[in-house]
Amino acid sequence: MKRGRAEGRTIKPRRNSERVASPAERAQITLTINGTRHTADVEVRKTLADFIREEAGLTGTHLGCEHGVCGACTIHLDGQAVRSCLMFAVQAQGAEITTVESLGTPERLHPLQEAFRDHHGLQCGFCTPGILMSTLAFLRESPHPSDEQIREVLSGNLCRCTGYQGIVAAVRDAARRMRGTA
Amino acid sequence: MGTRYFGERVKRNEDPRLLTGRGTFVDDIRLPGMLHGAVLRSPHAHARLLSLDTSKAKTARGVVAVYTRTDLPEHLQQPLPKLIPHYALIHHKTQYALAPEKVRYVGEPVAFVVAESRYLAEDAAELVEVEYEPLPPVVDLTQAAQPNAPLVHEDMGTNVCAHHTQRVGNVEDAFARAAHVFTERFVMDRGTAAPMECRGIVAQWEPKMRQLTVWDSTQAPIPIRNGLARLLGLPQGGVRVIAPDVGGGFGPKIMMFYPEEILVPCAAMQLGRPVKWIEDRRENFVAMNQEREQIHVAAIAVDSDGRILGVRTNFLYDSGAYIPYGIIVPIVASTTLPGPYKIPNYHCEFKAVFTNKTIVSPYRGAGRPHGVFVMERLMDRVAKELRIDRTEVRRRNLIQPHEFPYEVGLIYQDNAPVIYDSGDYPATLAKALQMIGYDMWPERRARYRREGRYVGLGIACYVEGSGIGPYEGARVTVEPSGKVYAATSVGTQGQGHFTSFAQIVADALTVPVEDVVVVTGDTGAFGWGTGTFASRAAVVAGNAVHLAAQAVREKTLKVAATKLEARVEDLELQDGKVFVRGVPGRTMTLAEIAVAANPLRGTIPEGWEQPGLEASRYFAPPRGTFPNGVHACVLEVDVQTGMIKILKYVVVHDCGRVINPLILDGQIHGGVAQGLGGAFYERLVYDEHGQLLTQTFMDYLLPTAMEVPEIEIGHLETPSPLNPLGVKGAGEAGVIPVAALIAQAIDDALMEFGVRIAEMPLSPNRLLEIIQAARKQPAAAS
Ligand code: FES
Ligand code: FES
Repeated sequence: MKRGRAEGRTIKPRRNSERVASPAERAQITLTINGTRHTADVEVRKTLADFIREEAGLTGTHLGCEHGVCGACTIHLDGQAVRSCLMFAVQAQGAEITTVESLGTPERLHPLQEAFRDHHGLQCGFCTPGILMSTLAFLRESPHPSDEQIREVLSGNLCRCTGYQGIVAAVRDAARRMRGTA
Repeated sequence: MGTRYFGERVKRNEDPRLLTGRGTFVDDIRLPGMLHGAVLRSPHAHARLLSLDTSKAKTARGVVAVYTRTDLPEHLQQPLPKLIPHYALIHHKTQYALAPEKVRYVGEPVAFVVAESRYLAEDAAELVEVEYEPLPPVVDLTQAAQPNAPLVHEDMGTNVCAHHTQRVGNVEDAFARAAHVFTERFVMDRGTAAPMECRGIVAQWEPKMRQLTVWDSTQAPIPIRNGLARLLGLPQGGVRVIAPDVGGGFGPKIMMFYPEEILVPCAAMQLGRPVKWIEDRRENFVAMNQEREQIHVAAIAVDSDGRILGVRTNFLYDSGAYIPYGIIVPIVASTTLPGPYKIPNYHCEFKAVFTNKTIVSPYRGAGRPHGVFVMERLMDRVAKELRIDRTEVRRRNLIQPHEFPYEVGLIYQDNAPVIYDSGDYPATLAKALQMIGYDMWPERRARYRREGRYVGLGIACYVEGSGIGPYEGARVTVEPSGKVYAATSVGTQGQGHFTSFAQIVADALTVPVEDVVVVTGDTGAFGWGTGTFASRAAVVAGNAVHLAAQAVREKTLKVAATKLEARVEDLELQDGKVFVRGVPGRTMTLAEIAVAANPLRGTIPEGWEQPGLEASRYFAPPRGTFPNGVHACVLEVDVQTGMIKILKYVVVHDCGRVINPLILDGQIHGGVAQGLGGAFYERLVYDEHGQLLTQTFMDYLLPTAMEVPEIEIGHLETPSPLNPLGVKGAGEAGVIPVAALIAQAIDDALMEFGVRIAEMPLSPNRLLEIIQAARKQPAAAS
């Protein structure tokens, strides 16, 4: 559901976005996604996730629930992992956003991606971009995680295919690899 | 040469793409001029549609079209095709593209709005004015089967649409002479598959080419193509259906048709612009098919040693408001029930019943969890009442290795007899017992109790029908570039076919597995097939790939023999090159052979079958193959909160020869996670008005990484004699026995309270109720 999605959810208002606007109203925003500046005139009700997917054409960020539970839409906003389905694009005015596309390329995977491949941490791959972005932010803050901590951070992302076992193993291994490269 | 990749933990070819956000899911398709659809759905479970006024919606900003039923061509106003008929299915009522005079479940499509954006389409859907006259809904399955229940389909005069019985031996006689008979009622409620990607469809019509292209998150692109061509009056070649990357399927992404699969292509053709419809999660909860609601009254007759004389089950199957998929699920439940046990006399009988709820079709397991739940619970009952160890009672009744092929005496969902092809059931059980440490269990259990902890062990056996026909196909091609392509008829939803099929081809042609490009789910690449369901893709399509790859291999040698002026027997294919044995330097690469096999002038030798290094092959198994397994676990119950924690989980599984253990383990892990959901966390709750109360992931709880434990897997490999690769299916093994297992482990943990679980799914709240009720039973609660 695209309309009126944000009501009743906890959204931290950002910067100048607190005023009430009619849904059809438009606003001009500028933000940076994976290092590229985007300036656009958007409906104020457009979610950040839709902005990233439709305006910026970066379809690696997925939508699994649009109500803030599944984590498939997780991106980094000014370095923090956030759910882009729960924010309006206008709330990201001026922000630095990174998405899964900013990690490795198919030819040169990021160590975290490499670990997911080695440990079969994905099947259909739909949840994967969100899980990568969640765990990447986590590993930056906790480079020596316990399995318990890994499972706890993963509990914010739903995966229906893997039973999480390969994901936990991948994150554990990625922590090791990333410490090595850091 | 031999097998280099087959059986290896080969990393997946599809991963780099998916890991870097470069997958292509239906919602990622963007076309110039594309419009967006939104479906207006019935808010009532049962109501007459008195009037529909779309005038306001049509003039809303950005709206291009609003469709109600009468806006569709005449034949699309009729019920959609009957998918799988069966002689016992007397009232085969199927769904509509848009609701007729009456709506029959919450979520049934009533109107379809197409606008410049999804936001605007949803705005306009709200402006469609619909007048309903609510009717009394039939929600409860038992009530729906009563003669005086309100009718979902008035013209039937009943809600019972099918009544089917299968019998083996003489059950009445067996029960009459049995030392013991135990009867019990088992209740299974609804759940949903909840793939992380909801459904989605994009359609594009090119009038000049008279070509319709449909991207559909379906598990069965070829049947969808065939059906669409027929319904839209196009030749099959004029319709191309592509199931691109699909974000999980698990059963319900196979239907013919979901209403949207008609509405989106129709609108695209009529409007001459591409149309996209993406289901949102709340829609998915009501609009994607559900499963699992059955109520069994089952009985077991045993002699004084616990040997089974007969089993009987009589059950109701809730089909929801329509029954497009027929009675596959209850047939699978009936025929899975006997499991690994010798049951000389068996009677299974079910009624399929309409209710005012979302349509039911197979969800991973598709009746198998029900059959196993009933049978394993009955075995536990026998063990308890006769005071025989629960594993011993099972052992006494297991089919023995020398008894294969074992004819169960039933007819399966593919209309072929249920004949277990191979297996070693006692060895499977023994291995699971060893891995879970059953020998030491009594002492461990006592120790936990001394610590005041309620810890129980469970062990559950199953046999799973998989790999059924009718057929699948594949085409393997070596292009003049030397690149190898394999096009298959099945779609893939995460099962790793891009890799497992590539392994098969790579072995046959001695090329690196990464160099084999597998295409799945595109009718433009391969046009004959049925789909990915019933754990059959690896078996049926895998063997078709194998046959095609072997044919290309033979052709390669044949062509090389001509060019190298050698005999085929003297040639060797290695590292993608053909050598003449003992003559260094006389070699040709696959690329060179591919060029030679498709000459521009000259002649083609008779024995070449066709030009080029290419072959298409089909595999049509005579009947299904039957993997088996045992799950065991140790879990702890918190009697204050009703929460459970799994301390150890073991799966021992025999699915014949294994193409890729990495992928197989993943299938099992994921299956167990879904099984745990279906055993303890996930329940679709309907109120008495037929409103679904659980429509978000906050109300419907999927297991997270906190709930799903580490799973230890033990493999046995009894090859299937029914196919050249010796493989059996594995897609559903993880999910099947979990509810039975958890029930037994909870019983064991709460033995002191006399708890007996007879329902699935449970939930912490429900378990707490059961504990409290049981505690009240004996004289005083401790
Ligand atoms: S799509 Fe944002 S959390 Fe599910
Ligand atoms: S890999 Fe399919 S949802 Fe996680």
